Amino acid sequence: MSGRGTGRSLLTMNSVVEMTGVVKRFGTVTALDGLDFEVAAGEVHGFLGPNGSGKSTTLRLLLGMLRANSGSIRVLGLDPWHDVATLHRRLAYVPGDVALWPNLTGGEVIDLLGRLQGGHDRGRRDRLLQTFDLDPTKKSRTYSKGNRQKVALVAALATDAELFLLDEPTSGLDPLMEEAFRGCVRELRDQGRTVLLSSHILSEAEALSDRVSIIRAGRVVESGPLEQLRHLTRTSVTADVARVPVGLDLLPGVHDLVVTDHRVSAQVDPAGLGPFLQALTAAGLHALTSQPPTLEDLFLRHYGPAGSFEAARQ
Amino acid sequence: MAGTLAGTGVMVRLALRRDRWMLPLWILGFALIAYSTAVAGAELYPDEPSRVAAATALNATASMVALFGRIYDPASLGALSLIKYTAFMTAILAVLMVILTIRHTRGDEESGRLELLGGGRLGRDAPLVSALAISFATSILTGLLSAAALAVGGLPGSGSLAFGLGWAATGMAYSTVAAVAAQVTASARAATGFSIGVIAVTYGLRAVGDLAEPGPSMWSWLSPIGWNQQIRAYAGDHWWVLSLPLALCAALVPVAFFLRARRDLGAGLRDERPGPARGKLSGVLGLAVRLQYRVLVAWCVAFALFGVVIGSLVGNVADFLASPGAQDLMRSLGGRQALTDAFLAAEISIMGVLAAAYGISAANHLRSEESAGHTEALLGTATTRIRWAGSHFTVALAGVGLLQVLTGVSIGIGAAAALNNADLVGRSTVAALAQVPAAWVLTSAALAVFGWLPRMTGAVWVLLLGLIALGEFGVLWNAPEWLMDLSPFRHSPLLPVDADGIPALVALTAAAALLGALGFAGWRRRDLAA
Repeated sequence: MSGRGTGRSLLTMNSVVEMTGVVKRFGTVTALDGLDFEVAAGEVHGFLGPNGSGKSTTLRLLLGMLRANSGSIRVLGLDPWHDVATLHRRLAYVPGDVALWPNLTGGEVIDLLGRLQGGHDRGRRDRLLQTFDLDPTKKSRTYSKGNRQKVALVAALATDAELFLLDEPTSGLDPLMEEAFRGCVRELRDQGRTVLLSSHILSEAEALSDRVSIIRAGRVVESGPLEQLRHLTRTSVTADVARVPVGLDLLPGVHDLVVTDHRVSAQVDPAGLGPFLQALTAAGLHALTSQPPTLEDLFLRHYGPAGSFEAARQ
Repeated sequence: MAGTLAGTGVMVRLALRRDRWMLPLWILGFALIAYSTAVAGAELYPDEPSRVAAATALNATASMVALFGRIYDPASLGALSLIKYTAFMTAILAVLMVILTIRHTRGDEESGRLELLGGGRLGRDAPLVSALAISFATSILTGLLSAAALAVGGLPGSGSLAFGLGWAATGMAYSTVAAVAAQVTASARAATGFSIGVIAVTYGLRAVGDLAEPGPSMWSWLSPIGWNQQIRAYAGDHWWVLSLPLALCAALVPVAFFLRARRDLGAGLRDERPGPARGKLSGVLGLAVRLQYRVLVAWCVAFALFGVVIGSLVGNVADFLASPGAQDLMRSLGGRQALTDAFLAAEISIMGVLAAAYGISAANHLRSEESAGHTEALLGTATTRIRWAGSHFTVALAGVGLLQVLTGVSIGIGAAAALNNADLVGRSTVAALAQVPAAWVLTSAALAVFGWLPRMTGAVWVLLLGLIALGEFGVLWNAPEWLMDLSPFRHSPLLPVDADGIPALVALTAAAALLGALGFAGWRRRDLAA
C-alpha cells in the first residue's frame, strides 16, 4: 500500500487540516510544490522533513502568515488567510524560531500571548511553569534558547485550543524537558485535541505521533500510521544458527546478507520475512534478534541517494 | 596579545559590508550640510557689519548661548555660520558614533552573532578593536571631508581644518565612551542609553560653562563638546585644544580593554535585575506603548525644553535682524507683532518636521518588530494583522500629536514670559497643532512603505531628509516650484492660524489617511517577511 493511498482514505475522516495542491513560491524559489496534506481530528500528527524541506512554510500558510500562490487550504473548516481572528482563537502556535521582547520578562510574555489568545487558565499556566522549571521573572534577553522555547511552549499549552501547531517544539530542550513536553502532548491527545508537530528529530515523532507525513522538497511523499510506513522498510534480523543454510542470498527481499561462522545478519523486506525465517528455522535456529525499522531508516529511504526511495516502494 | 586580536581584519570587513550604505550616507550627509551652511552663511551675512550685529545679538541672548554657545570673533563669517554646528551638530555626530560603536560590540554580542563568529578563529579583543577602528575612521573621514566641504564653500582653509578636526576628535572621544559603556552595562540598549546620557550631561555642562561671564568657565572644560567649542575654529584656531579629546581616547581605550578582559561574553559588569512574574499587558496596543513609551518620554522632555528655550528667544528677535534693511522690511510687514509671529512660525514649523521624524521612527517599529520575529508570535494568536499594525501606528500618530501640543505650549510659555503676553500660549499651541497633519503624512508614508516594500523602510528617512534639504536649501538650489510643493510641510498653515488654513489641513489629513489605508492594504495582502 502506498502512502498516497493512506492519505486519500482520510478524506472521509474528520479533517482538521486539509491542504490540496498548495504551491508557494518566494521569488524564483518554489518552497511548496503541489503539497497535499491532511491532519485528522484528535490525532498527534508528526510532520517530518529535513531542513529547508518546507515544514515552517507549511505551518505559516496554515496560520495565514503567508499566502499560497495556488491550491486550497482549510484549517478547522476555515480559510486561514481570511478567517484569521476566528480561526486563531481555536488554535495555538509555537514558532520554530522563538523571538521574545528582550526587556519583558518571560511571565509577561506568557500572559500577553495568553490574553491575546482569549485568556489562559492561570492554574494550568503555573503548573506548566513548574513542569518546565522556568523562572518567569527573568528578562527575556537573559534566557537561553531552551528557555525561550519554554516560554513559547507554556504560552501555547496553557490555552484551550483545539489545534496545536508546534514547529520543532523541542529544539533547545534538554532530554528531561523533552520528556516533560511529551507528557504534555499525551495529555492533549487524551483530551481529544489535535497536535501537528513538525520535526526533523525522528525519535520525537516516533514516540508521540499517531500518524506521520514526510515532506521532501515541498511535497508530502508519505503519509500514514507509523505501522503502515514501516512496510516500506526492512527489518534488521540477526540470528545464531546450527548450520549455515545455503541459498539465503537467493531468497527474494533479503539484502546486505552477512554470514560469519554460525551468525547470520541481513536486512529483510516485509514480504521476504516469512521465507527468510523459515530458512533460518530449517537451519536450526538458536537465537534471533530483530529490530523494527526506525524512522531513521524511513528517512534514509526518502532522503538518501536518488532512486533509493523508488526502489524501496517497488 | 596577537591571540586576542585574531580575526580583527575579518571583523572590520564584515562591519564595512553591513554598513556599506549607512556609513557613506552619514559621512556625505555631514559634508553636504557643512557645504550648504558655508554657502548659505555667506549669502545671509554678506558684510562685516551684518555679521557683527548678528554675532553680538547671539552672544547677548542667554538662551542662544545655552543652546549653541558663543561666537568668539564677531567679525568671523565661519564662526557665525557654524554656530549651530560647533556644539549641537557635534552632539548629533557623537550620538551616531555611540550607535555605531555599540552596534558592533554589544549589539552583535546580544544578537548572538559574535558567538557564532567566536567559534571560529576570533580573538577576544577583535570585536572591540574593529568597532573602534570603524568609529574612528568614520569620525576622521567625516571631519576631513567636512573640512574640505567648508573650504570649497568659501570659508578660510585653516579654520575649516580646525573645525573638521574638532568633529573628528570629538567623534572619536565619544566612541571610546561608548566602548567603555558597552563593557559595563547589561545590554546594548542600556549601553546606548548610558552613552547618550553622557552626551546630554556633557552638553549641559558646556551650556553652564558658556553662560558664565565673560567667557567659558571651568564647566566647559569638563565637557568634550565644550572642548570642541574652545578650538574656536575661524576665531583664532586653538589647535592645542585638539589634544584634549585625543587624550581622553588614549585614557578610555585601555579602560575598555581592561573591562572586556574581566567579563564574560554577553554579560555586563552590572547584572540584570529580575522583573515581574505576571504581566499586566492586556493587548497589542498595551505592548506597543510598553515598547515605545521610554523613547516617547525622552522626545517629550527634549521638545518641552527646546520649546521653552526657543520661545524665550522671541524677545531678542528684533536684534537678530539689526540691519536697517531688515528693520524696514519688518515695518513694511506689519511691525513687531508680525515679526514675532514670523519668528514663532518658523520655529514651530521646524518642530513640526522633528515631530515627523518621531512619527517615522515610531511607525518603523512595525518593521523592526517583524524582522525580529516578534510579529510571528503575535499573529499566531487571535490578533489580526490590522489590529497589530494599528497599535504601533496609533502610538506614532498620537505621539506626533502629543509632541506638537508640548511644542505649542512650551514655545508659548517661553514667548509669553519673554513678552509678558499670556495670549501667546494659545496662539502658538494652535499653530503647533496645525503642523500635525503634515507630520502625519510622513508617518503614514512610513506605514505605506512597510505595507508594500518592507525591506525598504529606511527609504522614508531619505524622503524626510530630502524634504528638509529642499525646504532649507531649495531656493538656494533654484529647485522648481512643483518639486518644492511636493513637501507636505510647505502646505501647513503658519502662525497666525485662522479659518483660511482649514482646507490645507483637511487636504493634508486626507493625504495621511489615504497613505495609511494604502499601507494597511499592502500589509494585509503580503507575506510575513523575516
